[in-house]
Amino acid sequence: MNAPAFNDTMQLLNGNHAVAWGVRLATPDVAPLYPITPQTPILEKLIDFQSSNLFDAELLTPESEHSAMAAAIAASATGARVFTATSSQGLLLMHELLHFAAGARTPIVMFNVNRTPASPWGFWPDQIDSLSQRDTGWIQLYSECPQDSLDTVIQAFRIAEAVNLPVMVNHDAFYVSHSVEPVSLPSKESVANYLPRTKRDIQLGDGSNRSLGAPIDQASWNLTRREMAKAMAQVETATEQAGRDWSDMTGRLTAPLEYYRAEDAEILFVTMGSMCGTARQAVDRLRENGVAAGLLKVRLFRPLPIETLRDALAGVPCAIVLDRNYSPGMGGVLHQELQAALFGVQNPPRLHGLLAGVGGVNVSVEDIEKLAHDYRNAAQSMQPIWVD
Amino acid sequence: MEKIEYKDEGKFCSGHVACAGCAEALSMRVILNEVGDDAVGVVAPSCSAVILGGHPMSAAKIPVLHGTLESAAASASGIKRALKAQGRDDTTVLCLAGDGGTYDIGLQALSSAAERNEDILYICFDNEGYMNTGGQKSSSTPSKAVTGSTPLGKTTRKKNMIEILAAHRIPYIATTSPSHLSDMAAKIKKAKTIRGTKVIFVLIPCLPGWGVADNAAVKTARLGVESGVFPLFEVENGVDYTMTVAQRTKPIDGYLAQQKRYRSLDDAGRAELQAEVDDTWSRLTERAGQTG
Ligand SMILES: Cc1ncc(C[n+]2csc(CCOP(=O)(O)OP(=O)(O)O)c2C)c(N)n1
Ligand code: SF4
Repeated sequence: MNAPAFNDTMQLLNGNHAVAWGVRLATPDVAPLYPITPQTPILEKLIDFQSSNLFDAELLTPESEHSAMAAAIAASATGARVFTATSSQGLLLMHELLHFAAGARTPIVMFNVNRTPASPWGFWPDQIDSLSQRDTGWIQLYSECPQDSLDTVIQAFRIAEAVNLPVMVNHDAFYVSHSVEPVSLPSKESVANYLPRTKRDIQLGDGSNRSLGAPIDQASWNLTRREMAKAMAQVETATEQAGRDWSDMTGRLTAPLEYYRAEDAEILFVTMGSMCGTARQAVDRLRENGVAAGLLKVRLFRPLPIETLRDALAGVPCAIVLDRNYSPGMGGVLHQELQAALFGVQNPPRLHGLLAGVGGVNVSVEDIEKLAHDYRNAAQSMQPIWVD
Repeated sequence: MEKIEYKDEGKFCSGHVACAGCAEALSMRVILNEVGDDAVGVVAPSCSAVILGGHPMSAAKIPVLHGTLESAAASASGIKRALKAQGRDDTTVLCLAGDGGTYDIGLQALSSAAERNEDILYICFDNEGYMNTGGQKSSSTPSKAVTGSTPLGKTTRKKNMIEILAAHRIPYIATTSPSHLSDMAAKIKKAKTIRGTKVIFVLIPCLPGWGVADNAAVKTARLGVESGVFPLFEVENGVDYTMTVAQRTKPIDGYLAQQKRYRSLDDAGRAELQAEVDDTWSRLTERAGQTG
């Protein structure tokens, strides 16, 4: 994603401050927050905005992420618009309540800064914290750069409120959270138009005396998952729509899956998050040298846009998945997901699952160029491959 | 015998799922009636959640969020803040939790809410154990009581949650009992007028958990109060202690005799328990005397 040229609505912002700006513009009613590196600047910036009377959400700073998420769910259940943010251990501590939030159909928006989980302790970009929450019922979006983070966090409220499911937006620690770039800020009014207040059906305390979450029988619980499946099935379209309306407003088009020089690509890189930026440059260099490379950026990871991915990948000779995460005993999560998505496709690509950048190790443009040369004619292996 | 005057407002419906004879259901009725219509509840997994019933039924005529065991106070905080953001500052946010959800797994969230002085009314139904999971000890279980996880009797004392909360200097803490319904109603009424964190402990002699006869829950609770095992008092702002039942009129034997959880207690054990109660009582009255 290329940063737009400077104009008067631009500010130099790091990824986390871009998120805070997006949240300020989205005007949530309640924001429970708990600090964790490298998420903390989101919390601090929001508190800063609040103390300057620029942001009037109820900010709640409880004793843990577990309580932050409990408060977020309960607040959202009353119909309030709710934001929270976390990273790594904080997200993992919330795990129980992530299931709860999705089950209660609370359209919370959470920003997660992807960071390695302990042990051993580390602070670097790695997506296993959020990817290991993939079965909780949260929609997951991945952002590439500060501008993408601002755009996506605002869109996330649209998507969440359209389908009544919580959305987790993720960006990589430091590479995005702390790197500064010019970010274009939409006006308060345009965001207010983009995010109209909707009256939700499930509202605690709306005068109807309905309770929420009481024990139910097997069949009814089963039904709640079927209802969730129906909502999940609408997410790709809702994300597309959110991106198109965003483009009408800002001129920046976003989509569930984004392509870069992918038409006629012989080698297609498939990845998520900040790695997309590096891969984009590698694609340019490869193209300059006569190699038909392209990039498929997976922005919407849950629900995975399976049909669209199958269409995008059928007929591509070689696809190289770059996973900045490792599921022990299996491999890269995106690689596994694509293997499953491609099952039965006519003319599938030779799919290579590369564990690139696990633990936050740097993957350079040259590294990616080299991978293209190493794997363009290699036979497909079901096993993940560690990149040195 | 004292006649209890009580006007039921119908906020707690019949058809609830408590054990027949449970004093928690009786207490819930008084509490909900006193809290009134403009309220939102949070219930932690516990007997109170079961008593309120499964979806789509609810025994409470207020909306209730069934939350998680460890985060009742955090959920209540979330609701209170959201209602505040929506201009509904006066709505009572009522938390209903057991002692396990209060003294143990939920202590962290409760302490945090108390430290923030969240404007919530937190009720702890203190049946001195985990009854929803079949009667194991919690840190509210008193010493020597037999539970599913202390078959030889608990070797440590009941945690003093009241003093822990008092140390937070929240505006209101009280104890009450289903044997003293006007006291219970008055304390709820008073708590409703106070802004900030209010925590009320209700003694619930659990029929299966304590081995109390089906018709003896209220009587057992009364003996608990009269013997000073469960003194009724208030703590305001963490320092002002007031005894609401000022006298002890009985030794603890009658109270213990109502329950099977002390059935193998010998005379020495009983004397130890009596000494513990005497000690707690004198510290408490001293505080009430010093400040009141
Ligand atoms: C995280 C978590 N661990 C365990 C449980 C299982 N559980 C449900 S209720 C309960 C006991 C609650 O005891 P208490 O709070 O004293 O309430 P009571 O049942 O006695 O009314 C337990 C352990 C749970 N719901 N959540
Ligand atoms: S188990 Fe005990 S506290 Fe729970 S409903 Fe039955 S009698 Fe009441």
